[in-house]
Amino acid sequence: MDANGLSMLLAAVEGRMADVSIFSPASPQAGWIVDLAILALAIIGIIFLVVEGILFYSVWRFRRAKNDAPGEPAQVYGSEPIEIAWTAAPTMIVFFLVLVTTRTLWQVEAAPVQPREGDQALFVTVIGHQWWWEYRYDSYDGRKLDFITANELHMPVGDGETQRPVHLTLQSGDVCHSFWVPRLGGKVDLIPGRSNLLAFETEQPGLYLGQCAEYCGAQHANMMLRVVAETPAEFEAWLANETAPAVEDPAVAEGKATFLANSCVNCHRVSGTAAQGDGAPDLTHLMSRETIAAGQVPNSRSNLRKWVHDPHTIKPGVLMPAFGLSTEEENQIVEYLRTLK
Amino acid sequence: MATVDHPQRLARSGIAADAASRGWAAALHEWTTTVDHKKIGIMYVLMSLVFLVIGGIEALLMRWQLFYPRAEVIGPNVFNQLFTMHGTTMVFFVGMPILIGIGNYMLPLMLGARDMAFPRLNAFGFWITLFGGLLVYLSFITGAAPEIGWFAYAPLTEHTFDRNAGTDFWALGLLISGIGTIGAAVNFIATILGMRAPGMTMRKIPFFAWTMLWTSFQMLLAIPPLTAALVMVLFDRQLGAHFFDVQNGGSAYLWQHLFWFFGHPEVYILILPVFGMVSEVIPVFSRKVLFGYEFMAAATMAIAFISLGVWAHHMFCVGMSRTLDLYFAAASLIVSIPTGIKFFNWLATIYGGRVSLQSPMLFCFGFLSMFLIGGLTGIMLAAAPFDFQLSDSYFVVGHFHWVLIGGTLFGTFAGIYYWYPKVTGRMLSERLAHWHFWLLYIGFILTFGPMHVSGILGMPRRIYTYDPSRDWEWWNQLTTIGALVQTPSYAIFVYNLIASLWKGKPAVDDPWDAWTLEWTTSSPPPSYNFETQPIVHSRRPLWDLKHPDDPDWQYE
Ligand code: HEM
Ligand SMILES: [Cu+2]
Repeated sequence: MDANGLSMLLAAVEGRMADVSIFSPASPQAGWIVDLAILALAIIGIIFLVVEGILFYSVWRFRRAKNDAPGEPAQVYGSEPIEIAWTAAPTMIVFFLVLVTTRTLWQVEAAPVQPREGDQALFVTVIGHQWWWEYRYDSYDGRKLDFITANELHMPVGDGETQRPVHLTLQSGDVCHSFWVPRLGGKVDLIPGRSNLLAFETEQPGLYLGQCAEYCGAQHANMMLRVVAETPAEFEAWLANETAPAVEDPAVAEGKATFLANSCVNCHRVSGTAAQGDGAPDLTHLMSRETIAAGQVPNSRSNLRKWVHDPHTIKPGVLMPAFGLSTEEENQIVEYLRTLK
Repeated sequence: MATVDHPQRLARSGIAADAASRGWAAALHEWTTTVDHKKIGIMYVLMSLVFLVIGGIEALLMRWQLFYPRAEVIGPNVFNQLFTMHGTTMVFFVGMPILIGIGNYMLPLMLGARDMAFPRLNAFGFWITLFGGLLVYLSFITGAAPEIGWFAYAPLTEHTFDRNAGTDFWALGLLISGIGTIGAAVNFIATILGMRAPGMTMRKIPFFAWTMLWTSFQMLLAIPPLTAALVMVLFDRQLGAHFFDVQNGGSAYLWQHLFWFFGHPEVYILILPVFGMVSEVIPVFSRKVLFGYEFMAAATMAIAFISLGVWAHHMFCVGMSRTLDLYFAAASLIVSIPTGIKFFNWLATIYGGRVSLQSPMLFCFGFLSMFLIGGLTGIMLAAAPFDFQLSDSYFVVGHFHWVLIGGTLFGTFAGIYYWYPKVTGRMLSERLAHWHFWLLYIGFILTFGPMHVSGILGMPRRIYTYDPSRDWEWWNQLTTIGALVQTPSYAIFVYNLIASLWKGKPAVDDPWDAWTLEWTTSSPPPSYNFETQPIVHSRRPLWDLKHPDDPDWQYE
């Protein structure tokens, strides 16, 4: 183990690592699961100590000794009362566990909800793709939104007075995926041909990490989820930016032309331009996102450059090909992308 | 004491002696054409051990890649091939065949029979299982092992998303070896129901036979849905059917239900025979009769039945419905009741006994102390909302290895240490056995313990790399170190198996002073098993022989 490993052990001991754990919930939904988990852990913890205790005691206490009298120990063939007792006890524990499980199930499984004006709920359709996330913002606070973004989900936080839940409709564009942000709640799968629901809310602003939890092919490992929870004001500002048309900067007209002239447009969309593909992340406000490639690398000029040159060096197996553009064309395109704020 | 020494029979010790006495070509011919249940059993076990080593190497490669975040040791494609092949190998070509092999060898002996009910079907089953395994591995040689995971969720396996011929090899290989498994199941059922020694009623069969009986019924019910699903996926891929192809009206759910209707009973197929083996070993090494035989048998049956109705607890996250989730959670929790009964009965058998921690019992102790933990984390996962968080995370990987290694593997090792003298006529080295045990025990806890933590910290399974920002590296490093601690234990075990064939202390017929019929015949047994047909009066025929003044049948 290196120094890094040691410092992480220390961090774990001090509880600093807890802020990625399912045991530090940031939403009521994740919290209810923790309540159930702690109850279940306590029960099985007791069972563990008792049974393991009996086992170790019996093996130690009854181990064969040199000076044992010859002959066999007393043969006990069984006992009906004892059998009934240790059938009844686990049955009662199981009954109790079924009850608490039911309660939590009814709490956390989302029922369909209709958008209504004034109730501050956000509705987003999430579409899983090999290996990135598409977010279609449907409505907020009863207002229709209708814009598309990718890989980073923004949501408003609630406060003591107003809840601001997000209702996700989960769909898949290709194979099965699973939406899992541990601190915000349990995972729900995205299954082709079907819509699933997931709802959660939080009062703590911050960045919540998660990632696809259902094996979905070569880059399953790099299908990160980033949920940015922000104050309602920040969220409104972000909404205003995302709903605005793409920025037109005459200084990068060449880059734009190159972008539109290449097969980038078959897959990507930049609203207000001829690029209307929907097989790949929407680039309209690319620069409002902190990372590219579904959380793989920071959204920096050099990473964009690397990506456009050959995305496979960043994400081997990605469904975007390297186009073999000239260095100049690549630079132009990157400069154009950099203006998509 | 009724143990008799037969030094003159020691020359006949298994493969090595066969080869030495008759030349390799003759031995090879003998072994490839045999229909003797004992030779077939040995071949099953050897095949599984070879696959265990292969599957273990695959696991080590995966763990090497995961030692550092963003490591570039083997890359995504190879990693994805490795976990697919590792899971497939361990389940289909290690777990099932090793148990079928031990059952094959031991059951006729324990029941007092000359052979299995259908010796030719038996040989066919072995060869076709081996052939299926080779077919799956052939995909590596063609440069395209499958990258779909062992549960191969549709539609990732559809031609649209996977042009890789490895998937076809995979489906064909499993389909073919499944036929062998069904054959073995039929054979076990016929043997247990029809080939028992006179006097051995169903209430007097050795406990291992009970568990093999129910396992066989489970195989019979669980493998055909898998076979159907594999045929369907092959139709989809090769003939353009659309069973699982969502874009053309197929269903991704259908695969999941078919697969898990097989996949969940499969878990019990892998554990029930082990329950049987430890139920043979624990009494002998505690010097006590198995506590509550009838309740144990009933619990086995209950597990076999209930477990057929819990498959969708693997699908809590697919969005079924609250009611279905509740049903599958409750049914899964209920399985823990009969499992608990068995556990308490084992403890009661040890309690008040005279426990000897020789290698078979040592591994039973490992089984008991570890399987309990796997069972308890299973209870947590059955509480559906908890599973919403932890399914498909490393917690699950920790949990099922705890069951499969802490349960299946430890128990199987107990059985192998127990019966090796009978099979080979030689004792295994106890010293090496203890090294095997402790390295495995410690390495295993170190490997799979931290996985529970990384799962709780949000690490999904089947990822070939992870970002340093996720703080998972320390737990992954512990896991990899644990795997490295385990590795030599397997080598020691294999070395012990081979070296003891020559160097092991000669074994008497009944080295453990045990009670079931296999110990009345010579070690190794002659090809006809018993010189005269044994007649049975109780569950412990050798106890009756050894204690004529206090025979068992008085109490049953
Ligand atoms: C030598 C000790 C072993 C080690 C270090 C080990 C390690 C691993 C690792 C790292 C994975 C991949 C986890 C992931 O990314 O999802 C895995 C998966 C798996 N292992 Fe093991 N394993 C071992 C033994 C076994 C045994 C003995 C069995 C069964 C009898 C087994 C059954 C499985 C299965 C079914 C999977 C799932 C494969 C999949 O996701 O498709 N393993 N193991
Ligand atoms: Cu995915």
